[in-house]
Amino acid sequence: MAELSSTLLYIAFIIYLIATLVFAMSLSDKKGKENKAAYTKRWGRVGYILSILGFASQLGYFFTRWMASGHAPVSNLFEFTTFFGMMMVFAFILIYAIYRTNALGVFAMPIALLVIAYASMFPRDIAPLIPALQSDWLKIHVTTAALGEGILSISFVAGLIFLIRVVDQTVSTKKTKMLEIIMYLLLCVFGFVLVSAISAAAGYETSFNFTDKKDQKVEVTYNVPALVGPPNGSQADDHFGPLVSSPSWMNGEQAPRKFNTFIWSLLTGGVLYGIVRLILRKRISAAIQPKLLNLKPDLLDEISYRSVAIGFPVFTLGALIFAMIWAQEAWTRFWGWDPKEVWALITFLFYAAYLHFRLSRGWHGEKSAWLCVIGFVIIMFNLIAVNLVISGLHSYA
Amino acid sequence: MRRLYRIWKYQAVTGCAKLKTIKCECGHSNPFGTEICESCGKPLTNEKSHELINMRYEGSAVRSQTYNKTIVDKVWNFFSSVKVGIWIIIVILVAAAIGTIFPQEMYIPPNVDPTTYYKEEYGTPGQIFFLLGFHDLYGSWWFLLLLAALGVSLIIVSIDRGFPLYRALKYQRVTRHESFMKRQRLFAMSDSGISMDRVKTVLAKKRYKIKEDNGNILAEKNRFSRWGPYVNHVGLIIFLIGAMLRFFPGMYTDQTIWIREGETTAVPGTKTEDGQYYLKNHKFVMELYDKKDKQFSQALDKTGNPVPKNYQSNVTLYHAEPSQVVGAQTELKKERDAKIKVNEPLSFNDYSVYQVDFKLNEFHRMNLKLENKKTGKTYGEIKVNLFNPKSSYDLGNGYKVDMVEYFPNFKLDENDQPTTENSIPDNPAFVFKMFTPETPKGETAFIGIRKNVEAGDNKYKMSFSGIETKNVSALTVKKDRTLPIIIIGGIIFMLGVVQGLYWNHRRIWIQQRNGQLWIAAHTNKNWFGLKREMQNISEESGLVMPIDQSDEKSA
Repeated sequence: MAELSSTLLYIAFIIYLIATLVFAMSLSDKKGKENKAAYTKRWGRVGYILSILGFASQLGYFFTRWMASGHAPVSNLFEFTTFFGMMMVFAFILIYAIYRTNALGVFAMPIALLVIAYASMFPRDIAPLIPALQSDWLKIHVTTAALGEGILSISFVAGLIFLIRVVDQTVSTKKTKMLEIIMYLLLCVFGFVLVSAISAAAGYETSFNFTDKKDQKVEVTYNVPALVGPPNGSQADDHFGPLVSSPSWMNGEQAPRKFNTFIWSLLTGGVLYGIVRLILRKRISAAIQPKLLNLKPDLLDEISYRSVAIGFPVFTLGALIFAMIWAQEAWTRFWGWDPKEVWALITFLFYAAYLHFRLSRGWHGEKSAWLCVIGFVIIMFNLIAVNLVISGLHSYA
Repeated sequence: MRRLYRIWKYQAVTGCAKLKTIKCECGHSNPFGTEICESCGKPLTNEKSHELINMRYEGSAVRSQTYNKTIVDKVWNFFSSVKVGIWIIIVILVAAAIGTIFPQEMYIPPNVDPTTYYKEEYGTPGQIFFLLGFHDLYGSWWFLLLLAALGVSLIIVSIDRGFPLYRALKYQRVTRHESFMKRQRLFAMSDSGISMDRVKTVLAKKRYKIKEDNGNILAEKNRFSRWGPYVNHVGLIIFLIGAMLRFFPGMYTDQTIWIREGETTAVPGTKTEDGQYYLKNHKFVMELYDKKDKQFSQALDKTGNPVPKNYQSNVTLYHAEPSQVVGAQTELKKERDAKIKVNEPLSFNDYSVYQVDFKLNEFHRMNLKLENKKTGKTYGEIKVNLFNPKSSYDLGNGYKVDMVEYFPNFKLDENDQPTTENSIPDNPAFVFKMFTPETPKGETAFIGIRKNVEAGDNKYKMSFSGIETKNVSALTVKKDRTLPIIIIGGIIFMLGVVQGLYWNHRRIWIQQRNGQLWIAAHTNKNWFGLKREMQNISEESGLVMPIDQSDEKSA
């Protein structure tokens, strides 16, 4: 059952990849005899059907894994992040049904792919549930919260397309730079996946001994070549050695390893970005812009707003209300200012501010789109940084 | 608050004649501050302008936009501003984020001193974090003040905008003034000649409610969605009030008790005139996942550490009537047996008892034997109850052991004097005086775990012969009478959010003027959706598609 589950996830991944390519193809301005609109429509439909097939396959992964483990597979970083990616695809399927915009698929699908690929770099073993997690609220709270975040992510996707579409690319401005930074960061995630996957395929490992902040001698094992070693650490093997040591305050048991991986991601992202720029010979967003010119900006603005309008109540229900009910049952209090709770509140407050800006102060178009970008950054921060860096009661998830 | 309400009511509800009123050319007297005539819809400010009119709150008199003289006005205006509201939200957001940089005081280890912990653990940034009071950010006066400001803003903004909006929407007229029509964002004129019946059918099919007046039409739908923001704000206010009530006596208790196996304890905070609840802890159970468990074996092998499966206290709940006689033995009446697990608290009346912590194998009884050092012969065993030791243990035949001193949790103080850290027997140590027929004056010895110090050259010694342990459960007793209020607030909030975001208020005015058909449309949000719907209506009914006048301007 567990093997079947992995296979289904793998198949879903491949289908999503093909769907992305199909959506991208539907936007290309091929100079054929064919009617452009009919061409776009036909390939858009193929892409959409593929997305639904991929989603069905991932749903298969989800339920087979559930059967294998006996609990809803949303209990660790791999499972939750994979599920979040699946909810992004689901939200895309929903929103596409309303607006039929192929460009949404060109961006939403690869971002969901990146999320799932990123998730797969974490331990994938089926782990048992600790007592705190043994509750029906695990599936109710986590799935609703992930669905809300998935829908909110689509508002980022639509906002990003809007910005690429409207930001003036003839001159270099703060806005064009910000867009390039977003592209670069997406490539960094890709870089992380690439480095981790290649290292894992090569079976690379190197270990260090060092003294951590609790004054304990610990051994830390890197799965990618060590650019940055632990402070005052000694390498246990003769693999490629660290070029520098991480700063001395970074002395948590796993901190140097995470920092090293982080550096690798930034570097690979940089290399990838450089290669793409060399090929395109212009900004990435400037290269994409011409493909988007027949999209109406106010349609994109609308999609972005609607995603928040739909996603905000779902997120509130899942990430705050259900969370509070469960917290009351498991931890005796519905609210305890745990970092994950606080960042869910921050996400809530941010989108509340967005809605006030938009509905009361008339922030439409560009301002609104930039806010959606920031909102996505906050969601990602809560997903990644709070778990890997801050860590509190939710550190298992 | 009352006064504010009176002032508001005075000029907004009654449109009182005592104050200056604005008379429209149609003859209607509008309250001071009105921007669009309540009766005919003629814009009362910037009459000559051709710009789109501001439809917010339907142009009715809003207190905060009208008065700005007294301090009350100024405070009112400050909190009723959406801009200020957004700023309060953003400041709370940033403050909340800062609080997560380092752990809050409640999440640092319980036995460390925060004054030094933050510096040692996180260096200078940690020290600054502590010195600024950010280790207890969410309980600080200024953070609570921010939350209070948010609450005040929610209340004032709801009163300031909610009532005028209600009034304006309730009494709207079908026929509107010429410039009201022309200055709507979606507007068109066309030579009439289409069937109004067909238009009405199409509008009705789209679930519009239609009002008619002299052949003019007002089609409206989903007005209730306009109350969404006010409903969700009321929900939030109730939620915040609920959270505040916690600080009133009797609303909230939160206490943790440690109960050893076999022990019965009064449940703290449950004492009333009707008596008190008691809990007996029969057994604390900890289960671990089995490494041989096939489905989890890979993950369990990797972590190496055992993974807990269950923490559970098997208890019995008792209730005792208040004793009539002072000092009389309380009589416990059994209520029920229960298994308290993580995620499965025991609930009775207003109370819930949670499994929160445990301690395995706490020393409970220690057995020692009196032994002749030379021969190794023993002369009986003493069993020391570590929670209630006897001062003397008689072994018969002239053999006796006195306990001179007892340190349940032994340590040496600054002056190297033996002392005890607390009364929990984690590291018990004793000073015994041993009497035998051979040594009638007694021999003194200090006995601890892996310690044996003698006053002189003793002939006898006390040797460990056994230890009995017990598990201890930590149970948290909670009563929270604010929960129902908080739940109601949460439900109202959710309903309001959905009501406001999943529906949109749309209105279409169709008027016959000078042989022409005028059409204008308005929505409070989601213009794109309205335009799509108008496109649809115009295709089905032959009505001319109104033009977005804000597009024309920007183009």
